[in-house]
Amino acid sequence: MSRALPVQLPELVDEHRYQQTVTKMLAIAKELGATQAEVGLQSSVGLNVSVRKADVETLEFNRDKAIGITVYCGQSKGSSSTTDISDDSIRSAVEAAINLAKLTEADPFAGLAESKDLATELIPLDLYHPWDLAVEDAIELAKQCEKAALSFDRKIVNSEGATVSTAQAYHVYGNSHGFLGFYPTSRHSLSCSVIAQDQNGMERDYQYTLSRKAEELEDATKIGQESAKRSLDRLSAKKLPTQRLPVIFDATIASGILSTFINAISGGRLFRKTTFLLDSLGEQIFPSFVNLYERPHLLSGWGSTAFDGDGVKTTDKDFVKNGVVNSYILSAYTARKLGMQNTGNAGGVHNLFIDTGKDDLKGLLRKMDRGLYITELMGQGINLVTGDYSRGAAGFYIENGEIQYPVHEVTIANNLRNMFKNIVAVGNDVDRRSSIQTGSILIEEMMLAGS
Amino acid sequence: MNAIDLARAQLLAPSGLSEIDLERVLGQLLGHRIDSGDLYFQSVRQESFMLEDGIVKEGNFSLDHGVGVRAISGEKTGFAYSDDIILPALIQAVDAAKCIAETGKTQAVRAWDRKRLITPLYTCKSPLEGLATADKITLLREIDSYTRKCDPRITQVVVSLSGVFETILIVGSDGTFQADVRPLVRLNVTVIAQSQERRETASSGGGGRTTYDYFTENDRAFGYARDAVRQALINLDAIEAPAGAMTVVLGPGWPGVLLHEAVGHGLEGDFNRKGSSTFSGRIGERVASPLCTIVDDGTIPERRGSLTVDDEGTPTQRTILIENGILKGYLQDKLNAKLMGVASTGNGRRQSYSHIPMPRMTNTFMLPGPHLPEEIIASVEKGIYAVNFGGGSVDITSGKFVFSANEAYLIENGKITRPVKGATLIGNGPDVMQKIVMVGNDLALDEGIGVCGKEGQSIPVGVGQPTLRIDDLTVGGTKN
Repeated sequence: MSRALPVQLPELVDEHRYQQTVTKMLAIAKELGATQAEVGLQSSVGLNVSVRKADVETLEFNRDKAIGITVYCGQSKGSSSTTDISDDSIRSAVEAAINLAKLTEADPFAGLAESKDLATELIPLDLYHPWDLAVEDAIELAKQCEKAALSFDRKIVNSEGATVSTAQAYHVYGNSHGFLGFYPTSRHSLSCSVIAQDQNGMERDYQYTLSRKAEELEDATKIGQESAKRSLDRLSAKKLPTQRLPVIFDATIASGILSTFINAISGGRLFRKTTFLLDSLGEQIFPSFVNLYERPHLLSGWGSTAFDGDGVKTTDKDFVKNGVVNSYILSAYTARKLGMQNTGNAGGVHNLFIDTGKDDLKGLLRKMDRGLYITELMGQGINLVTGDYSRGAAGFYIENGEIQYPVHEVTIANNLRNMFKNIVAVGNDVDRRSSIQTGSILIEEMMLAGS
Repeated sequence: MNAIDLARAQLLAPSGLSEIDLERVLGQLLGHRIDSGDLYFQSVRQESFMLEDGIVKEGNFSLDHGVGVRAISGEKTGFAYSDDIILPALIQAVDAAKCIAETGKTQAVRAWDRKRLITPLYTCKSPLEGLATADKITLLREIDSYTRKCDPRITQVVVSLSGVFETILIVGSDGTFQADVRPLVRLNVTVIAQSQERRETASSGGGGRTTYDYFTENDRAFGYARDAVRQALINLDAIEAPAGAMTVVLGPGWPGVLLHEAVGHGLEGDFNRKGSSTFSGRIGERVASPLCTIVDDGTIPERRGSLTVDDEGTPTQRTILIENGILKGYLQDKLNAKLMGVASTGNGRRQSYSHIPMPRMTNTFMLPGPHLPEEIIASVEKGIYAVNFGGGSVDITSGKFVFSANEAYLIENGKITRPVKGATLIGNGPDVMQKIVMVGNDLALDEGIGVCGKEGQSIPVGVGQPTLRIDDLTVGGTKN
């Protein structure tokens, strides 16, 4: 059992070879008649160890690679991908893409980003910290975590296990403008999920810690204890009567509200007219204290990158200033399609932040006084064309600014426009485990459906 | 050629792997005190086309192949894979997978059971090659122009077409030597309708384990187009949905996503072995109203959720989950079946060679009951009639599940009146199943669009049901 990860990155990620493969594929595309081409390659290795009831449950070694090409023959586009990066295979992949491009139809907006927009510097962003983790150490860590959860309270009756994961990846993107970008990343996590039970039934919840640097993961015992506490807190939940009331979205789920906004001002939805925020540039969508901004070069950030999915230079940006939409989220294609300036957001936003207020979670609960503090959302129920929002929720009923009892089996609904406009406050309890970082968000009113 | 011959030719021959090699590799896996193990070879060819703004903008082709190695020791699973199907990579994966074992006794690889040729439930022809690319593009354009002609309020049409052709070979230490050749096609039409300032979207589509001819037969493709247009136009007139607990009538077919969430996941063997499901330990108990008989059936020819053999080489079957309201059985893969002392139900499925198999659903549906659908609607004084849904999800431990309606109507005094906006419905599986008070005689399966996610793995599934009346389900509208 005392084995290190059998495949280490230095062996797997032959940087030089991967860069060469990308360059070679671009050359084949040119040789076979493509006017323009772009290639992305990603390779990763990882280890997942799950322990359940103090014994190993699964031990999983991951090792993936994939290469994909998009070719443009004039204004027509074709793409293909494969997991096999041998010479023969990449040649067939290029041929497949070109054959498709010969048959698809000319799109006047298709093509690579403009040369002038491409990144010229591969800024070091501190994204790669491999974890030299032996399997047996991973097992011990997971065991420690789960033990802390199972021994936390006698009402913790069962376990879904604790999992330690580590992964390293290498990313390369190149295009026929001569751009070649590459960087390695790492991602390590520890999570635990346990089941609590009382006379009214079972509840499960989980806790996790996530970092690019193993030494920055939170303590395993603490994660275990918190997962137990979260499950216990949910026991004997009640439904609430149907009513309108204020709600707080806990920081762990509030990022979902912001990502919905980001999605709604993204180029793909704007040109398709599938967003309720059509023509919203310059419009007051949030209260004036709301500022939303992107910082792509944050060291070790989850969304950090020097270039976007088109190879375009990423820059600091304000999407919302004093509550007003200041910029859309555009790629080379969607910018051309809309006749606007490329914002370097092919693939999405790269670290999004919101200005937080002075209150911590307790302060927010006091500010709300009476309402629902939501810790879990269920289901998809978001229609971005109309902005209609309706989702399942669980959390805690708040009265006099204090938690009264857990709540489950209710839905909350409103239109996103109203929700954005009626944000009362953003807490300073920021959840840093996501590329969209926010504190808890208090919204003036939602329709709650329950008993 | 049968599936085994095809798989051998496609997966083993190119890398020169012989059956003796496989036997040796499996022997090496077991040699390390492992109870059982298997190798899963897979090759997937996939293509997709997308039409938007009246032009076929994109075509994509992908090729993925590899081999997954699994070693089982008691409740433990060791797993590794390689995207190179070559002997050295296979041996490396075996070495990694087998480091799971601490104890156990040495076992021999059982002789491969080769006589068992299972009659395939679908063609072994590749959908990708059955139709020339130019014809696929023509089909998309025809659907586009047909859709736009349906109504002047349609302002945008997106048509997508995809085909998958997959070959798998499973060899296991328990004597399993099975192969399957799996086609899968899917067509989808999405429209945007606009009337003054109001815009609405709707989607419709279908498919199955067959070739692209399926879409031109019986005008199916145009049928999806008409349905998407109809839904979008209806939603242009939708009023706010009500909020609160009320009677809900679910239409036949795709609303069966209710059963998938409220019952299906909770009956998967892994959760029940571990005791983490709200249905754990409840075999023989009443868990639904006596009107409910629910099955999972992977044997329906050409259905999206069907499989000739599952991803562990077990032939699929029709499994009764709930009979007249009584819980009868769980969905099992080999690992969980063995640990629970029962047989696999042929529900061991995995997303690909790089994923571990788990108990999963195939086509899950409720059998028809005595009532006419009109009779069910007429019986409701005030409530909601929901006929189309987006997705759903479930917490199998607490039993809470949600599913989101995107086409629904008010029922007032026994009549369907106004369309209402989409809303999420929430309930507790065992409670809601007890509140099913009427079951229609109109069982329908969905059109072949379902994707089920579990622990990060996505697989195609089917659902179905007759019209159902549920008393007291919470509807997440905005109107008090």
